[in-house]
Amino acid sequence: MSEITPELVRHLASLSRIDLDEAEVARFTEQLAVIVDSVAKISQAIDGNTPATSHPIPLANVFRPDVVEPSLSQEQALSGAPDSGQGRFRVAAILDEE
Amino acid sequence: MAKANLMDYEKALELFEVVIGLEVHVELNTNTKMFCGCRNDFGDEPNTNVCPICLGLPGSLPAVNGKAIESSISIGLALGCQIAPTGRFSRKNYFYPDLAKNFQTSQYDEPIAFEGSIEVEVPSGNKYTVLIERAHMEEDAGKLTHIGGATGRIQGAEYSLVDYNRAGVPLVEIVTKPVYGSGAEAPELAAAYVRLIREIVKALGVSDARMERGNVRCDANVSLRPHGQEKLGTRTETKNVNSLRSIERAVRYEIQRQAQILANGGTITQETRHWHEDKGATSSGRPKSDADDYRYFPEPDLVPVQPSHEMIERLRAALPENPADRRKRLASEWGFAELEFRDVVNAGLMDLIEETVAQGAKPQSARKWYAGELSRIANAEEKDVSELNITPAQVAELANLVESGKINDRIAREVLSAVLEGAGSPEQIVKDRGLEVVSDDGALIAAIDEALKSQPDVLEKIREGKVQAAGAVIGAVMQAMKGQADAARVRELVLERAASL
Repeated sequence: MSEITPELVRHLASLSRIDLDEAEVARFTEQLAVIVDSVAKISQAIDGNTPATSHPIPLANVFRPDVVEPSLSQEQALSGAPDSGQGRFRVAAILDEE
Repeated sequence: MAKANLMDYEKALELFEVVIGLEVHVELNTNTKMFCGCRNDFGDEPNTNVCPICLGLPGSLPAVNGKAIESSISIGLALGCQIAPTGRFSRKNYFYPDLAKNFQTSQYDEPIAFEGSIEVEVPSGNKYTVLIERAHMEEDAGKLTHIGGATGRIQGAEYSLVDYNRAGVPLVEIVTKPVYGSGAEAPELAAAYVRLIREIVKALGVSDARMERGNVRCDANVSLRPHGQEKLGTRTETKNVNSLRSIERAVRYEIQRQAQILANGGTITQETRHWHEDKGATSSGRPKSDADDYRYFPEPDLVPVQPSHEMIERLRAALPENPADRRKRLASEWGFAELEFRDVVNAGLMDLIEETVAQGAKPQSARKWYAGELSRIANAEEKDVSELNITPAQVAELANLVESGKINDRIAREVLSAVLEGAGSPEQIVKDRGLEVVSDDGALIAAIDEALKSQPDVLEKIREGKVQAAGAVIGAVMQAMKGQADAARVRELVLERAASL
């Protein structure tokens, strides 16, 4: 029933930046299929008119007033960065995404 | 990027039907970011408007900016959209350092506004109805500076520096349905649409709407299909085209580029493309990701947004006059010729003229200043007219000095330069520099008599009825008056004196 294929697992792994070897691809293909099938059982319990629920408590419209609150200082912001320069976070140039 | 592989524009349109789709991102001008209380401001020191929430630090929890919700609803209403009774946020997952969280908080299956439409007028006067698919809320990403590349672009860069001040700034993304039938006017329509969106959000007061600052950004989708074919062609998406002129050029370029490929039996790759203003061309970016690849899922940290009927109606009642009505009203109030008015709209001068008229200028003289001298100067300085160092009140003052005959056109241009240099208000400059026209006939007559006497041959000709000969005398008198005379009055007096001398 599930359509989890090794190709799909490889694709997911690349989207998630996880390096999998072939043994792992085989294992996760099997495991993901079981998970997806289990979750799919929920659809047997509801009809098409049931609204999606993303939260267990019925809460809506929790808003914050548009008022400025203190931010971190530049030093604080960069304190956990592995590398920085000119007040900015320094990262490797990533070519394929822009 | 071989520029030669472009089909002639007319030929491309003969062979193919153009379909465009536009995605416009509008940055809201709220005080704070979308999900945290950091300042939403342009040009601050890098990474000073950041906090654990917009830096995506573990354990931080977002909280929705109520004002951003209202602004988004107002935009939706102004675009004739329906407002969703319930909407939620989703996580759009991707790995790129412009957001520290590794996902963008956005809306996916439940946008706040959907199914609208607006009428867009292009420079020819033709009108097109553009259907709006949706307007949804999301957060802006941080700003990357690529270091080491020759041109500051990513190509060849050694590393990148990230400023997260902009990360989390509220955005509304407005997505059109495919727009058919604009033919050769597709590029103009794309630009006119973005101009209209700018006008709308500016009138609503929800965005600063400055394209040069990236407050309004456009992604232009273009696809071609043979005339009569039902199936849509493969589209490309040209990203972040940041001026109205570039939008027009980028769409035109894509039409010509795709037509050439298709006519040669090639296929179009579905991809994002980048517009290069300097080269006047687009280049290939990354292959367009499938929506599935973003693995959207409901944002568990935020509860649904369910705008009340009262809130929606309150915002609807507060909507400003819609741009089409406003244009109609101003056109009739100002009494411009149709073409004059259209030029004003297309040059983006409507707001400035409206303010200048409100400051007491006659509409026609306000138009002449903005469409003429001020546009010329702005063009030479590669600026927008609105960026020139002169206020509508000063333009009104200058226009009225000319109207009342206190200065002539030549002096007015001199005064204008002085105003632009920061020398003060037009009236002050005229007073300080003694530029008022010589309206004392006595002084004029003395100068005229002298000029006529020194050019007896001219005097003779004028007496014989060859009035065009008066030009030489008028020129001499204007020179003697240092240009500060009303040329029409001088001409009158020259003819009078020639007869009586």
